Amino acid sequence: MRRVAITGAGTVNPLAGDVAGTYAALREGRSAIGPLELRDVARLTIRIGARIHGWQPEVLFSSQDLALLDPFSQYAVVAARQALAQSGLQFDGALAETSGVIIGSAGGGLTTSDDNYRAVYQAGKARVHPFVVPRLMLNAAASQIAIGCGLQGPVYAVSSACSSSNHAIGQAFQLIRSGSADVMLAGGSDAMLCFGGIKAWEGLRVLSQTGCRPFSADRDGMVIGEGAAVFVLEEMTRARTRGADILAEVAGFAMTSDGADMVLPSVSGAARAMTIALRDAGLDPADIGYINAHGTGTTVNDRCETAAITQVFGGKPPPVSSTKSMHGHLMGGAGAVELLACLMALRDGVIAPTIGHVAGDPDCGLDVVPNVARTARVKVALSNSFAFGGLNAVLALKAV
Amino acid sequence: MTPAQVEQIVVEIVARQAMVAPATVKLQATPEELGLDSLGLVESIFAIEEAFDVTVPFNANDPGSASFDIATVGSMVMAVQALIATKPA
Repeated sequence: MRRVAITGAGTVNPLAGDVAGTYAALREGRSAIGPLELRDVARLTIRIGARIHGWQPEVLFSSQDLALLDPFSQYAVVAARQALAQSGLQFDGALAETSGVIIGSAGGGLTTSDDNYRAVYQAGKARVHPFVVPRLMLNAAASQIAIGCGLQGPVYAVSSACSSSNHAIGQAFQLIRSGSADVMLAGGSDAMLCFGGIKAWEGLRVLSQTGCRPFSADRDGMVIGEGAAVFVLEEMTRARTRGADILAEVAGFAMTSDGADMVLPSVSGAARAMTIALRDAGLDPADIGYINAHGTGTTVNDRCETAAITQVFGGKPPPVSSTKSMHGHLMGGAGAVELLACLMALRDGVIAPTIGHVAGDPDCGLDVVPNVARTARVKVALSNSFAFGGLNAVLALKAV
Repeated sequence: MTPAQVEQIVVEIVARQAMVAPATVKLQATPEELGLDSLGLVESIFAIEEAFDVTVPFNANDPGSASFDIATVGSMVMAVQALIATKPA
C-alpha cells in the first residue's frame, strides 16, 4: 500500500503568521484570546475572540485578486504558499494532473455574506459587487489555491463544521494512498469573527465571556478564533526519491458519525473514530504518545471526550492537550492548526500545554499537560475533531 | 404586564418546548421533570427574551450559576419578573 508523507506546512492563525511563530507560541503557552474590535461590537454579548492581528491583505495580494478573496480564502492561500515553499515542489507537466487540493471550512465566505447582507438590507443598496458569489462559496479557498499552482487533479471543499480540517486532510491522505493522486494540498480555514458569525453563535449559549479553559473545572465555554493551516501531502516514495524533508507520516484516518444528535456529542462515536484510526494505521493504543484533543472548553465536549479517550486507552491514556486554550476554536480551520501541535510533538519532542488550567474536573481526569509545555519523545500522535452534527474525524501521525 | 400575565406566558413557552399542555405545567416542576434538556432550555430562554424584550444571562455550560434561576418553572417566572422590573423604561 502507498504511504503518505507530509512535506510542507503553512499557517496563518491568531498565534502567528507562520509555522515557526506558531511553534514558539505553543511552546511558551501564549494565549491569543482577547477583546474583539469589530463593527457593532456593543450589540454583542460575546466580546472576546482569537483574532489575527495586523493582517495586511493588500501587501499579500493584488487588488484584482483581493476582489475575489474573502478572508477565509486569504488565510488558506497564504498558508498554502508557505507549505508549498517548504515542500520545494514545482507543479510542472504531469504532476499537476495528479495533484489537487481539499480545504475544509465550516462557514466559507461568511464575512462576505455578512457585509453584503448589510449592504442590501441595512444600507438599502440596490446592488452588490459582481464577485460576491465566487468570494463566498465554500470551495473558493480550494479553487484559489488550485488556480495559484495550476493544479488539475481532485480539487474540492469539505464542510463538516469543526471536523472540516480533519475530514479534508484525511480524504487527501486516502486519495494518495489509493493512487488517485500523488500530491495533495490539504487543510482548513475559517474567518467567522464578524458580527453575524458571532451573533449566530451567541444563540447557542456555549461561548465563554472569560476565556477558553478546556478540561479545567471552572471552564465556561468556547472562544472563537480564525485562521488556516495547509499541508503538502505527498506519496512517500516520491518524497523520499526527491530527497524532501519529511515532517511526518500520515499513518491512519477514521471518520464516524454519531447518528444521534445535532449538538450533543456521543462517547461511542468519538471512541469508535479513535479506535478505527489506530486500526487503519496498524497501531495499538500503547503506541500513542500524544493526543491533541478536540477540547473545546464546553462542559459537554470535555467530559464526553475524556470518557471516549478513557474507553479507548483504558487506565493509562497518553498526555492530552487542547491548544484551543491558546488559539481559540478555529472551526473548520481547527484540526489543521492543531495538527501543527502534533508535528511539533513528533519533530521537536515538545508537547503543547493546555493553558488556563485552574483546577482539575473530576469528570476530566486526564493528563492535560496543564499550563506548561512538556518535553517528551513522541513517536505517534492522534488529532481529534468532533463536530456539531455528530461528525468525528481522527488522524494518526507517525514520526519519520 | 401583571405578574399573572408573565406567569401565563412563561408557562406557555415552557409547555411548548416540553410538548405538553400548559395546564399540566406546575410551578414547582424542574426542567428535567418536564423533559427539557439543555437545548430545550436554551430555546425556552430565547423565547422568553423575545416575548418580554429582555436579555437573560444564561450559559449552557453552567446553567445553574447565572443570576437567572432556572431551578423550577416558578423560579423562572420570578426571574423574568425581576428582569422586567429592571428594564430601562
